[in-house]
Amino acid sequence: MPLADARAQVPGLAIVPHDPVLDHGWLDRLAQGCARYTPLVALDAPDGLILDITGCTHLFEGEAGLIDDIDRRLTRLGMTLRHALGPTADAARALARYQTRPAPDEASAIRRLPVAALELEAEATTALVRAGLKTIGDLAARPMANIAARFGADAAMALRRLLGDAPSPLDPRVAPLPVATERRFAQPVASMPHATRILAELVSEAIIALAERGKGGRDFRATFFRSDGLARSIAVETGHPTRDAGLVMRLFAERMDGLRDPLDPGFGFDMMRLAVPRLEALATSQLKLEGGAVKDAATDELADRLATRLGRGRVRKLRPADTHIPEQAQLELPAIDAPPPTPWPAPEPGEPPLRPFYLFDPPQVIEVIAEVPDGPPHRFRWRRATHAIRRYEGPERIAAEWWRRRDNGGLTRDYYRVEDERGRRYWLFRHGLYDEKPDPRWYIHGLFA
Amino acid sequence: MRDSSQPLAGLRQRIARLAASGGPATQSAQSWLATGHDAFDAAIGGGLAIGRTHEFFAADALDGASAAAFAALVALRTPGKAPLLWLRTVDAGRRTGHIYAPGIAELGGDPDRLLLVETVDSKMLLACANDAVRCAGSAAVIVESWGKFPLLDLTAGRRLALGARDTGTTLLMLRLNAVPTPSVAETRWHVVAAPSRELEANAPGAPAFDLELLRWRGGPAGTRWRLDWDKDEQAFRDAALSGAVLPLAARRTVHPLGAAAA
Repeated sequence: MPLADARAQVPGLAIVPHDPVLDHGWLDRLAQGCARYTPLVALDAPDGLILDITGCTHLFEGEAGLIDDIDRRLTRLGMTLRHALGPTADAARALARYQTRPAPDEASAIRRLPVAALELEAEATTALVRAGLKTIGDLAARPMANIAARFGADAAMALRRLLGDAPSPLDPRVAPLPVATERRFAQPVASMPHATRILAELVSEAIIALAERGKGGRDFRATFFRSDGLARSIAVETGHPTRDAGLVMRLFAERMDGLRDPLDPGFGFDMMRLAVPRLEALATSQLKLEGGAVKDAATDELADRLATRLGRGRVRKLRPADTHIPEQAQLELPAIDAPPPTPWPAPEPGEPPLRPFYLFDPPQVIEVIAEVPDGPPHRFRWRRATHAIRRYEGPERIAAEWWRRRDNGGLTRDYYRVEDERGRRYWLFRHGLYDEKPDPRWYIHGLFA
Repeated sequence: MRDSSQPLAGLRQRIARLAASGGPATQSAQSWLATGHDAFDAAIGGGLAIGRTHEFFAADALDGASAAAFAALVALRTPGKAPLLWLRTVDAGRRTGHIYAPGIAELGGDPDRLLLVETVDSKMLLACANDAVRCAGSAAVIVESWGKFPLLDLTAGRRLALGARDTGTTLLMLRLNAVPTPSVAETRWHVVAAPSRELEANAPGAPAFDLELLRWRGGPAGTRWRLDWDKDEQAFRDAALSGAVLPLAARRTVHPLGAAAA
């Protein structure tokens, strides 16, 4: 039916353009979720999943329990589910897609399927129907050689696969194996310098594995297994994918120096493992030939090292946020995974700065004397000092975000840019209009340069 | 006896070599962070020397905003995308306020170049500053401290200065609420907010700074400047003096604060 006809019949029709890539991504996520039922999950694009549940059903108290569970979870996600169980992947798939009538058992259910379930080309299907062969059962009653001779080898093969006479292997979705290297010791390693040397070897092995895949690591995790059964993990992160063994070892050294209770080998480590859980594409590059990125690398490494020493949240970058509430207009994000920079609002040429250099968050309470109640401040008292105001500009009225909260988001603020008699510039605001609140308070929110 | 004297002699030789290569004073700077104000830059030999330590003193949090903005603007004036490292302690946000990127953008700086580092205490601040000055490629390193900084003695200051000189990193020390003390800094400034040029309807104008050069290794100190920041030109210029302010002589007698420290 053309879209225009559909719209004529249902005026309020919601229309969404078809996006096959998004659909595939969603199917992949569902497949990932289905890994809870079985490790063997295959995609049946564009809208199916095939699960090999052999030997997995007892965990859900039988096939029915498993199907109930899948049904409940997918229904909660808003999906409509058609499912079927079969002796082979192809049989189950055909039953789920083409079964219209109930049947006493699987074999007869398959025999009652229409020939369309073979999914041959349209001409072949029409030829089968014209020959009077309407169901799989009709077809299966004929000798296979005759079918192959008359309708082609494909039809015979499809039929044999559906009946389980020919193998129909699954192509399961496999999670990519993470990069991990490990070393076991016949004799436990009891000295820390030796363990560090082995860690360096593990790191260089992991780096080789990363280079083979064209990836760089963002996260390196070393686990030390002690011979008395204790295990301890140490992780370092980098802001950019890296394959620099020296850098990773420097970060590990930084981390181990900063540990509050240092790594104790006890009676020795009998195994060490290095895993790289987070990979990102990293093309081979020659920094020095591709123009001066060497210095960027130096500051990136410094940021990584400081983040390793101080904690990832202590080394930050500033990013804009789309709001006019001043204290929410900047995001302080860890430099290690800050998103790429987005442009900041450009200042008006010729205007003095309208936003302060330093911002108090939360704002600090001040006592203000104004000439008229809802007029500009005349003098104010902050941190036990009184400041007489010589110049002011305002108010700049910033309303609360009424669309976010049910109580209209709070009070309106009237901001004033003021300068005192000594030339210091402040950003003050009155929290609330006089018709919103009887006695609104004043706050200092920032200091201008 | 001979065993121990040999390493000692080696150490002496190393010290002699270090001394011969000179402290921060003996090598002249090759390039400068210019302010864009010709007379100001010329008076200190071209601007704030790159690869040196410069100290900015401010009496309290209010003047601290001026000192911080002056240091940040001089560093962010440089073209390119080189990051500006800003090291402070975690309690600085409560005292002087959080660094506010929209405000920096309003001044014409690029807040994306800022890399903020917060440390728990001043000991860690000094350790991180030592790492930061030894990393090439930053536009400048700003170290913001509050009050006395007893850990920053002459030895620590010299270590920082040597690290900065070796990698060519400019170290801008913001000493808020501190009294100037002897140090190895190339220049030492006292920064105070100055009344701005008033705009229409008595509105405060562009940022204005009162700067006093307390010490300069390359020449006489004691000069005072009053500068405005012109964000459209990305440069400092002479503040237009309004009637209420006395004009200042270009070179005055040394301020008592500066005399104590120099």
